Amino acid sequence: MTNLVDQEFMKVIIFQLGEKEYAIPVSNVQGIEKLMHITRVPKAEKYVKGVINLRGVVTPIIDLRERFGLPTAEYMDSTRIIICTLDNMEVGFVVDSANDVIDIPVNSIENQPNVVGTVEVEFISGVAKIDNRLLILLHLNRVLMPDN
Amino acid sequence: MELNQYLEMFIEESKEHLQSCSDNLLELEKNPEDLSIVNEIFRSAHTLKGMSATMGYEDLADLTHKMENVLDAIRNNKISVSSDILDVVFESVDHLEDMIMDIADGGDGKRDVKDTVAKLKAIESGQPISSQEQAQALEEVAATVTQINEVEHMQYDDYEKTVLQQSSEQDYNAFEITVILREDCLLKAARVFMVFDILEKNGDVIKSVPSADQLEEENFDQQFQVAFITKDSAEEIQKKIMKVSEVDKVIVSTLTKDMFTTSATEVTQVEPITNTDTEPTPVVQPTENETKQKSSTPSKSQSHASSKTIRVSIDRLDILMNLFEELVIDRGRLQSISSEVNHTELNETVERMSRTMGDLQNIVLTMRMVPVETVFNRFPKMVRTLSRDLHKKINLEIIGAETELDRTVIDEIGDPLVHLIRNSLDHGIESPEERIAKGKPEEGTVILRAYHSGNYVFIEIEDDGAGINKDKVLKKAIARGIVTKESALTLTDKEINELILASGFSTAEVISDISGRGVGLDVVKTTIESLGGSISIDSTEGVGSTFSIQLPLTLSIISVMLVEIEDEMYAIPLSSIIETSIIKKSDILNAHNQKVIDFRGKVVPLIYLEEIFEVPREKEIDDEYQSVVIVRKGDKLAGLVVDSFIGQQEIVLKSLGNYLTNIFAISGATILGNGKVALIVDCNALMK
Repeated sequence: MTNLVDQEFMKVIIFQLGEKEYAIPVSNVQGIEKLMHITRVPKAEKYVKGVINLRGVVTPIIDLRERFGLPTAEYMDSTRIIICTLDNMEVGFVVDSANDVIDIPVNSIENQPNVVGTVEVEFISGVAKIDNRLLILLHLNRVLMPDN
Repeated sequence: MELNQYLEMFIEESKEHLQSCSDNLLELEKNPEDLSIVNEIFRSAHTLKGMSATMGYEDLADLTHKMENVLDAIRNNKISVSSDILDVVFESVDHLEDMIMDIADGGDGKRDVKDTVAKLKAIESGQPISSQEQAQALEEVAATVTQINEVEHMQYDDYEKTVLQQSSEQDYNAFEITVILREDCLLKAARVFMVFDILEKNGDVIKSVPSADQLEEENFDQQFQVAFITKDSAEEIQKKIMKVSEVDKVIVSTLTKDMFTTSATEVTQVEPITNTDTEPTPVVQPTENETKQKSSTPSKSQSHASSKTIRVSIDRLDILMNLFEELVIDRGRLQSISSEVNHTELNETVERMSRTMGDLQNIVLTMRMVPVETVFNRFPKMVRTLSRDLHKKINLEIIGAETELDRTVIDEIGDPLVHLIRNSLDHGIESPEERIAKGKPEEGTVILRAYHSGNYVFIEIEDDGAGINKDKVLKKAIARGIVTKESALTLTDKEINELILASGFSTAEVISDISGRGVGLDVVKTTIESLGGSISIDSTEGVGSTFSIQLPLTLSIISVMLVEIEDEMYAIPLSSIIETSIIKKSDILNAHNQKVIDFRGKVVPLIYLEEIFEVPREKEIDDEYQSVVIVRKGDKLAGLVVDSFIGQQEIVLKSLGNYLTNIFAISGATILGNGKVALIVDCNALMK
């Protein structure tokens, strides 16, 4: 066992895409919104669903399923938009559901993702195993970076 | 004293005073005999000197002071105005401007101005300008100046001398009192007033250094001197003054008869020297001059009428604007709700509110309006310097400087205008010899004109120079690969003129440092287009050219036409729309794979927004009629085909954020009354 006193925690928001659970640090998250009208932006990347009116601020929306190359799913009641900020950019992610905020011990995060072989591997900064759950930590910078 | 809070104000005001200095100097150059102009300049310089001394910018104060001496000599008819002298004064104003800019950028306002100071000094003493010795001699003076300043006796003119003499004959005591205020003294003028109040109750103040005016305006550091006659003793006076709070120290020294008589003779000795002597004049001389002009100015300095304005920081106005934009969005929402609910009272209230909002919008927008004068007023000096450098005679006429523009536009338009004026001066106006040979007046004219028209402001730069040589422009454009030989044949005259705005184009055979690097004019075009404006050129060879800039009045709230394609809403800025029309499908013609229509005798290409924006179609509609918005970019027209027109609306321009940049043919977004986002079509991008 590691020394408990030294353990640091990271607060993350847990969301789901299909069967998998993903995590984004709370510090990057501005809020979680219910689905609202999205205005399509022509000629943008395919995974950019469009823009929404987030209390007067025009915010672009990215469909994470499409970003990760996962099969698309119909938007449901549980579908949420997670508003994230990074380097002065404000972007919303469409996810299947967002249901949890938890503290994960920093030393439980493994840098080398052992889920090699899946498409989204380039967007992952690490994985954490908490009890029986496997949480995939997103690399926000890479998610927002345009593909070459 | 903490001066930081005043720094901004100091910088602003200094700029204003310097501006008025250079304006008046230009005026003076035209009317060298008009001494009232000199007085005007003098006043600005003087205030500037006071302010900078208070703020502790010694170099600034010092140079202003030297300039002031020259002005004083002009004013007293000791030297007459010539353009050489004005050159030096202009040079000092330039230095002063640089110093202020340095201070504004957080510097200490120090600058090597030895040469200029030497020249000023030379002029003042009636010498031909510029000699190295002068500079050195001056340095010595400067050194001595700094040493002497603590307990220096005041100088008196004849009148004051007589008064002192008479009073001492009548058994009055004459004192020189130095009052030093505490460093943290906040209300210096009030303390001065209190000191004077006490003094005047107990005797008579003969004179003060600085003058009463300046003391009132707080134009002094921590201390001031007064010459005072009273029947009280020195000690009593000292005690009384010490009762005033925030006074640090009071030094009372008795003024003996010989003290003021000797100092007076010293002055009389100095007087003739100022006219002829090339030697560094004794230190007393500047002070003498200073006291003299001070006693002669008070009535004039009061003639400055205070206009009823307040300074508001642009940040606050921006916040106001943002809040107002929120209101505009909510107004749109209310309007759409009320039209759905259809409740009479609600409708009336919304109607009234909309009208009030309209007025409010006008006020908020006009508050951000600044006269173009703030940009224009730096040009006369620039033209003067440039025309001298180029050895051309040029007269700059400014028309409509009071025309107002949004602050954000004003901030951006300065550099493009500088480029254009330089271009006109350098390439447009010919040399005097050439002009005479062509039968034109020797002096070239550049007219800078600004005026309102509709929702736009136009700025025109017109010169009566050589005009644009179209053949030369075409040849060059082809040589540089800007146009092909074939397409060059089809270009109109105007299009040829506008080629000079293309990047990588430079027509000047000799590249001068004023213009002609070929980077200038295309930057101008880009800047103006980024402001939502446009630029066009009219030119007749041999007669002159006119550059015309069209700018929107404001950038944040615009009128648009809302259109619908399938179930998507787009906004087309009214500024690009010529008209809307419904056309029959059978009227659409095909020309080179391009659908066109005949619009009032003109062939206008059709652009299907549905294709451009890849709008997903549920089902094909096959209507006999199609809605077309005719838009314009410069002289070009195009018809945007849409499903239907929704209507005209005022909207607030919003950006798409930092993530989505460079979306094709979309210039931004807006939030509609129903809370949804609509994209704004960039018509300029659609027409190449």
